[in-house]
Amino acid sequence: MMHFLLLFSRQGKLRLQKWFLPLPERERKKIVKDMTTMVLSRKPRTCNFLHWKDLKIVYKRYASLYFCCALENKDNELLALEILHRYVELLDKYFGNVCELDIIFNFEKAYFILDEFLMGGEIQETSKQSIAKSVEASDMLQETMEEYMSKPAF
Amino acid sequence: MALKIVKGSIDRMFDKNLQDLVRGIRNHKEDEAKYISTCIDEIKQELKQDNIAVKANAVCKLTYLQMLGYDVSWAAFNIVEVMSSSKFTYKRIGYLAASQCFHEGTDVIMLTTNQIRKDLSSPHQYDTGVALTGLSCFVTPDLARDLANDIMTLMSHTKPYIRKKAVLIMYKVFLKYPESLRPAFPRLKEKLEDPDPGVQSAAVNVICELARRNPKNYLSLAPLFFKLMTSSTNNWVLIKIIKLFGALTPLEPRLGKKLIEPLTNLIHSTSAMSLLYECVNTVIAVLISLSSGMPNHSASIQLCVQKLRILIEDSDQNLKYLGLLAMSKILKTHPKSVQSHKDLILQCLDDKDESIRLRALDLLYGMVSKKNLMEIVKKLMLHVDKAEGTTYRDELLTKIIDICSQSNYQYITNFEWYISILVELTRLEGTRHGHLIASQMLDVAIRVKAIRGFAVAQMATLLDNAHLLTGNTQRNGICEVLYAAAWICGEFSEHLEDPMQTLEAMLRPKVATLPGHIQAVYVQNAAKLFATVLRKHEGETDSHAAQETSQLLIDRLPLFVQSANLEVQERASCILQLVKYIQKLQQKKVEVAEEVTALFAGELNPVAPKAQKKVPVPEGLDLDAWINKPPSESESEDEKPKAVFAKEEPKHSRSRHTEVDEKELARRREARKREQANNPFYIKASPSSQKVYDAPGVEHIPVVQIDLSVPLKVPGMPMSDQYLKLEEERRQKEKAERKKEKKKKREKRGKERKADSGPESEEDIAPAHQVDIVTEEMPENALPSDDDDKDPNDPHKALDIDLDKPLADSEKLPVRTHRPEVLKSPAEDRVNESIPQETKKRSGKEKKEKKKGKEKDRKRSKEEKKKKKHKEVEEELLESHPEEAVQSEETKEAATPPTSTSAEASELDFWLCSAPVPPAAQEETAPSSAAAVDTSSAAAPESEPDEPKDAEPEDTKSSKHKKKKQKKEKEEKEKKKKKRHHHHHHHSNAGGEDSVQNGTVEEEEPLPPMSNYFLLAENSYIKMVYDIQGNHQDESKVVVSVIFENKSDSFLKSMEFNVLDSLNSKLQRPEGAGAHDSLTVPFQLPPGISNEAHFVFSVQSIVMPQKLKGTLTFIVKSDESSTHEKLDFKLHFTCTSYLITTPCYL
Repeated sequence: MMHFLLLFSRQGKLRLQKWFLPLPERERKKIVKDMTTMVLSRKPRTCNFLHWKDLKIVYKRYASLYFCCALENKDNELLALEILHRYVELLDKYFGNVCELDIIFNFEKAYFILDEFLMGGEIQETSKQSIAKSVEASDMLQETMEEYMSKPAF
Repeated sequence: MALKIVKGSIDRMFDKNLQDLVRGIRNHKEDEAKYISTCIDEIKQELKQDNIAVKANAVCKLTYLQMLGYDVSWAAFNIVEVMSSSKFTYKRIGYLAASQCFHEGTDVIMLTTNQIRKDLSSPHQYDTGVALTGLSCFVTPDLARDLANDIMTLMSHTKPYIRKKAVLIMYKVFLKYPESLRPAFPRLKEKLEDPDPGVQSAAVNVICELARRNPKNYLSLAPLFFKLMTSSTNNWVLIKIIKLFGALTPLEPRLGKKLIEPLTNLIHSTSAMSLLYECVNTVIAVLISLSSGMPNHSASIQLCVQKLRILIEDSDQNLKYLGLLAMSKILKTHPKSVQSHKDLILQCLDDKDESIRLRALDLLYGMVSKKNLMEIVKKLMLHVDKAEGTTYRDELLTKIIDICSQSNYQYITNFEWYISILVELTRLEGTRHGHLIASQMLDVAIRVKAIRGFAVAQMATLLDNAHLLTGNTQRNGICEVLYAAAWICGEFSEHLEDPMQTLEAMLRPKVATLPGHIQAVYVQNAAKLFATVLRKHEGETDSHAAQETSQLLIDRLPLFVQSANLEVQERASCILQLVKYIQKLQQKKVEVAEEVTALFAGELNPVAPKAQKKVPVPEGLDLDAWINKPPSESESEDEKPKAVFAKEEPKHSRSRHTEVDEKELARRREARKREQANNPFYIKASPSSQKVYDAPGVEHIPVVQIDLSVPLKVPGMPMSDQYLKLEEERRQKEKAERKKEKKKKREKRGKERKADSGPESEEDIAPAHQVDIVTEEMPENALPSDDDDKDPNDPHKALDIDLDKPLADSEKLPVRTHRPEVLKSPAEDRVNESIPQETKKRSGKEKKEKKKGKEKDRKRSKEEKKKKKHKEVEEELLESHPEEAVQSEETKEAATPPTSTSAEASELDFWLCSAPVPPAAQEETAPSSAAAVDTSSAAAPESEPDEPKDAEPEDTKSSKHKKKKQKKEKEEKEKKKKKRHHHHHHHSNAGGEDSVQNGTVEEEEPLPPMSNYFLLAENSYIKMVYDIQGNHQDESKVVVSVIFENKSDSFLKSMEFNVLDSLNSKLQRPEGAGAHDSLTVPFQLPPGISNEAHFVFSVQSIVMPQKLKGTLTFIVKSDESSTHEKLDFKLHFTCTSYLITTPCYL
């Protein structure tokens, strides 16, 4: 089971955080700090896995963003890399050539996509099509609501 | 209203939306904090408005700020408001915010229960979906308990989108509310064969996670998963299934055999590295589980090792890393096949990537042998010199020590070499592991007697050159080594060449800058050395040398007497006085050496690390009982942090205390600490704890730092390398000698054998020293078991539940509509009635369900609905029952589980047997599966599904009209008579099938109201009522039934029931428990729930009334906190309570 997923920039700025276990705020902050320092201090061309406490950290850099997740001891690291990659693909498909700014300005969308892909630290849907479909459908629902709300009601 | 909306939309025009906020933050790089604080003020204003759109916008912005690290917990209630909006747009934002901000400590979570339930049953799938997603992030035990049933229903939703989410969230629910696992599991299992692949994969994920924690309960699913594995083409799912098998195979080797073939096929065919890696891992797990009996799998091992070699040689660092990781797993069972790749692994030690080097180090640990140990360590020592970062260097250091000391120094042939390695390691600057090196030195010197002479000489040199090690005493961990050195020199001082010189070295003024605990050892061992010197000079006519030594001590010790460290001070002043006295005697020419030596006589043997734990508790000693009256609440809280054997807290909490009383307490504590420091029997936990006693005085003495950029070669220090050469030579020589011998033999015997010119085998290497490893001491009558070191806090432990056992009524998930009744009824109506009826009924039903066997799974959902309907009826039904029910239930419970599990197991056996198995195994399993078929066929006719339906209404009627229709009652009593006969019969021959019959029969039995429950004790949390019944089977036993009722609105758990036995009456405790151990009450109590437990007492004389004192301890767990509570009670055994009630016939 994945424990958390973090996205942060090369400067160590957090761009997205998803906690699959409920942790107190203070602990979360500490973990984020540990992760950013640990991952950012890695030299290029080293392997993408780290050990941290009793968790395995798997990270990968895509352009200026680091995607970093924590796995339990028996989880498959390569599978985690594929999950990260799949998430990037999903973002890419949704935003169309995704960049860091897309995630900054539409951070709630990035969460919604993630929520359709993973849940409770497990893969929820492996098919890219059905994820895209359900995100789209929810968005449609949201958009129509917004239009409805912005209309004058009298 | 309309105006309001207009106003709302105008407001929104001027509000910042999320994009504006983000842009604003980016534009205010210099004064970000200030900008954000104004934004937060705005948000607070927005949250005060009625317009939900404005609120949602504000909450959305807060979610962003939360990610930036700002505290938004103050807005938790607003988040709940937005969550409960009926518009999806806002609901989505609300749930997102909740999933990001809420955690178990958030108190408003309680308020969300109904909202979430409403959303779960919403007709719009995306409402439900969003609620499930949010819930998965912040589910608490309470939410899990309250919503488990709703979520379980969603698992059969028509939309796969909801089904897969519901299945996934069930795992979180199980973790928080383990009781839900058994009722929900059948449905979860169904989902493995769901038509939608997403749902299927979700179910695989959840069961895989569950099974990895408690594999034995999921073994029966193996055939189903095997089918999935061979049919699925989805790699994501395949990986999970294969991982699951990896967890199952250690429990069932035959499963492993069945798996090998499909797995090797996958290894050959797949192109996905993640799948390949998972397959290799599982094959390794299989091979480990088979390692003993199966010689024919060397091909599979070779395949794995080959594939791993390819991974390690790959240019992708990730694959290299994982290859090494997997290799280390093979190493444990098949070291030979890995050892042939030593070249590759040593090569990895030179990799740029530290993680890869660390993995390679792990592998080296298992690859050493007597033959190559020195060589490998030499290579590692080179890396130590080269290593740039201290963390990696420290890692190397610990690895070197691990490698050398593994399995009781098994691979060390030359301990002189090892001591030299340790001494060389002391040259590392700034390492944290001085302590580790020190303990190794001590261990070797104590346990390897032959090495003591050499070790002492080395340690003396170390002490002499101590200044090189103590560059900066405050930071430098390496000075710990001096602790060991001083102790070794003192304890084994008879091996010292020049004790006088060492003594002098140990009393140098610079020593006073060392940490206190090291100084203390110095002082103590100086005294030992003094004794040695005295003895050496004993008998010499000129006692000048001895007197000089005394003078030296008298000159130098005052420095230590002034030490701020109490330990040092005390020892020093003691020894100083002693020496002064000795000096007086010396001046009178009295021979004192022998008496002084006697102070330190006797061998100190090593004690096994677990020895303390293994000392058996003497009979009649209760370590948990209070010796004096327990102190008041506040005091005990105060004392908590101070455990005798644990580390002392370095901080004094004095500043916190403001009240006079508190100060007084702090003062007392201080005094106690001082006392402990002076107490020689008080064992210090770790040297670092000593710092507590360090007054600022010592630290303020300026220490001149010697900054040495060039590593010094300490004069006289041995180089381990030379040992390597020596060792080579020695081995060559030995070999030659052996050859010579062989030649001689051969000459004698004629040319019978050919000389083996191959590489020398392991056994040929004789150790250089006659190593005499002293075994560690264990207390007498220590239990040999290596008891579990499992983590008691593991949340998955609670999920270790037998899933094959049929469901009991009490295990049904709480359904909201019936909750109020459940809450009320036990409190008001039932006190003087007998509730055991319920348990009895349940047990009867349990049995029926059991009989139904497999069909039950499919029918369960139907049945559950039925049960819900009947629930109210059942509650009316409650009435008293004959006393033997208690007893019979116990025996039933003992008798039944084997039947069900054995049936399941044999099913699995059957499946496993279809694989080619060695004939022996087949023979073994064949009869058992045949037997299982027998029992199931025997049970089949009885297990007509209609039976429970029929039985229940009949029962209802009979109980309702019982009082009116005496005639009927009579009939039934007659029936009961028969039944009782049955019952005894059952006990006499205790057959499995018989017990089943017995159960069905008892269900229909009418139950006369004979027992009365009396109040046992009560407080604000819990109420206990009890009843005592005699026992038909065994006159010397009585059964006390206690109904525990939770009166609070918190969760009660870890209830423990204990009674102080009297001479006449004793509580029956399980075997192995002490006479004062308490019994764990086998259930937990959610708020408002009551349940019954039975305790058996053995009674000597039934003519003596008794009052037994007892206590119930339990933990009250509420949302914020959990507290320990206890309740005292007195159990009255009147003489009449021993009476056995038998029905009378009118």
